Amino acid sequence: MLMRRIAYRSSMFVLAIASVIALWEGYKILGPQEGGKLFGVSILPRANSTAMPHVWDMLSRYNRPEVRGSETKIWSVVLSGTLFSLRLSLVGFFLGTTIGVGLAVLMSRFRVVQRGLLPYLVMSQTVPLIALAPLVVSWGGKLEIGSFVWPRWLSASILGTFLAFFPIAVGTLRGLASAPAAAVELMDSYAASWKQTLIKLRFPAAVPFMVPAFKLGASGAVVGVVVAEISTGLKGGIGRLIIEYAREATGDPAKVFTAVFGAAALGITMSGLVALSDVLLMRNRPKETSA
Amino acid sequence: MSALEVVGTSKIFNQGTAKQVDALVDVNLTVKPGEFVSLIGPSGCGKSTLLRLIANLLEPTSGSVSVNKKTAAQARLDQDYGMAFQQAGLFDWRTVSKNIELPLELKGWDKDKREARAKEMLELVKLPEFADLYPWQLSGGMQQRIAIARALAAHPQLLLMDEPFGALDEMTREYMQGELLRICGETSTTVVFVTHSIPEAVYLSNRVVVMSPRPGRITSVIDVDLGSKRNEDTRAADGFFRSITAVREALRGTHAEHAAANAIRGVEDR
Repeated sequence: MLMRRIAYRSSMFVLAIASVIALWEGYKILGPQEGGKLFGVSILPRANSTAMPHVWDMLSRYNRPEVRGSETKIWSVVLSGTLFSLRLSLVGFFLGTTIGVGLAVLMSRFRVVQRGLLPYLVMSQTVPLIALAPLVVSWGGKLEIGSFVWPRWLSASILGTFLAFFPIAVGTLRGLASAPAAAVELMDSYAASWKQTLIKLRFPAAVPFMVPAFKLGASGAVVGVVVAEISTGLKGGIGRLIIEYAREATGDPAKVFTAVFGAAALGITMSGLVALSDVLLMRNRPKETSA
Repeated sequence: MSALEVVGTSKIFNQGTAKQVDALVDVNLTVKPGEFVSLIGPSGCGKSTLLRLIANLLEPTSGSVSVNKKTAAQARLDQDYGMAFQQAGLFDWRTVSKNIELPLELKGWDKDKREARAKEMLELVKLPEFADLYPWQLSGGMQQRIAIARALAAHPQLLLMDEPFGALDEMTREYMQGELLRICGETSTTVVFVTHSIPEAVYLSNRVVVMSPRPGRITSVIDVDLGSKRNEDTRAADGFFRSITAVREALRGTHAEHAAANAIRGVEDR
C-alpha cells in the first residue's frame, strides 16, 4: 500500500520533470531567437542559447570547473552551497516551529492573547523581507550574551524563521481549536487538566492541520534563507551562488542554472522531510482526511 | 442511601439579560443505587442540561447536586461516574484498546493494569478481537459499545448517557439496549439515560422521568414494572405497552399544556 503510493508519486515526479524539459526544448525550437513582441511589448522570451541554454548544457556544466583553470568541479561547489543553505533552513524551520507552535498554544490557552496578538502576527508578514534582512544583521551584530557571539549565518536563519513561524502558528491554532466540543466535554468529565487535554486530545486532533502548515513553513524557511543570503551577501550558501553566477550569464549562461537547480533541490528536500513526517503521523488515521 | 440526589436545582442561562433561558427550574430527583432512570421529553426540556449538571460539566444556578453523598464537583474529580454521548467520540488516533484506557491513563494507572482492564472491558462488550483496530475501522454500533466500555473502564458506580443510541439504526439500537441492560446488570451500575424514544426509555428503565420545556422541569415520574429480567419477549409484553401508553400520555400532557400556553401568549411554537 505504502510502497505503491511511493512508486506512484515518484513516477509522477519523473513525468513532471520530463514534461518541463520537453516544454523548454520545444520552445527553444519553435520560439523566436531574439524574443517576440506582442502589441509593441516584448513578451516572448528569447529562445537563443544565451537566454535559454540547452538542458544537456546545463547538466554537463556540473562536471566542469567552477572557474577556468580551477580544480573544483561546479557540482561540488553547488552541493556544498546547497547543504550550507539546507542547514540554515533547518535551523530557521526548527526555530519557526518552536515559536509557531508555542504561540499557537498560548493563543489557544488565552483568548486575550489570541485577540491581542493575532492581528500583529498577520501584520508582521506584510513587512518586506528585503527591508528586514539588513536590520536583523545589524541587530545580531550588536547582540552579546555572555560568551555567545551572534554568527552571521544566524541572521539568515532568523529570516527563515520569520517566514516559517506564521503559517505554523496559524495552522496549529486552527488545529488545536478543531478538537470536537464533545471530545473536550469528555476530557472535562474525566476532570482532565488543561495540559492533559492539550497532549491527549488537542495536539493529536491538530495533526491534520499542522502537517500542511509545516509544509508551508518549510518552504517559507527556504525562501527566507535564500533571500537573506542574497540581500545580506552572506557567503557559502546557494543564494549567494545564484547572484554570483548570474553576473556571468552572458559568457557562461548554463552556470546560473546549476545554482538555480541547487536551490530547487533544497526546497524539494525540505518539503520531502515534512512529507515524510506526514506519512508517519497520518498512517493510522482515517483515509478520507489524509488524502 | 441514594446514588444520586438532585435537590431544588435550577439552571438559568444568561440570567438577567434579554436572552435569559430558564433551562431547568426547581428540579428534584433521587436515584437509588443500581436503578436505571431515563429522562425523556421534547427538545429544550432541559434533559441534557440536567445530565450535565449531574456530571458537573455545568454549575447549577441554585440548588444542589450530590453523587454518592459527595458534591458533583468532587464526584467528577474522583471519577465516580462514566459518561457516553450520542457520538461515540472515540479518538481516531488511538486503537480501540487505547481508547478504553484513556480515563485510566488520566487517573495515572500503570500500563499493565490499564491493559488488563481494557481487555476485561472488551470481553464485557463482546469485542475482544478488535483491541488493536482503530475506531474508524468499526461500525457505528461497535464504536458505541467501545464508548460504553470506555465509560465503564474505571468501574464507576454511575453511568450517564446522553442519547447514546440516537445515531444508530433500529436493529442495532434494540441489540444495544439488550447489551446495555446485560452490562449494567453484570456490573450493577446505576444509569441516568437521556433519550427521545419512548419504547427505549420503557424497555431500559425502572423509572421514566418525563420533562417539559419552557421552563424546563420534571412533570411526572412513571414507574415501569417489567421486573429485572428483561429480554426480547419483554417488547411484546402487556406491561411494556401499558408503560409506553402511560409515558406517551404524560408527554402529551406536557405538549397540550405547552401549546395552550403558547396560544395564550399568541406565539407560534417554533
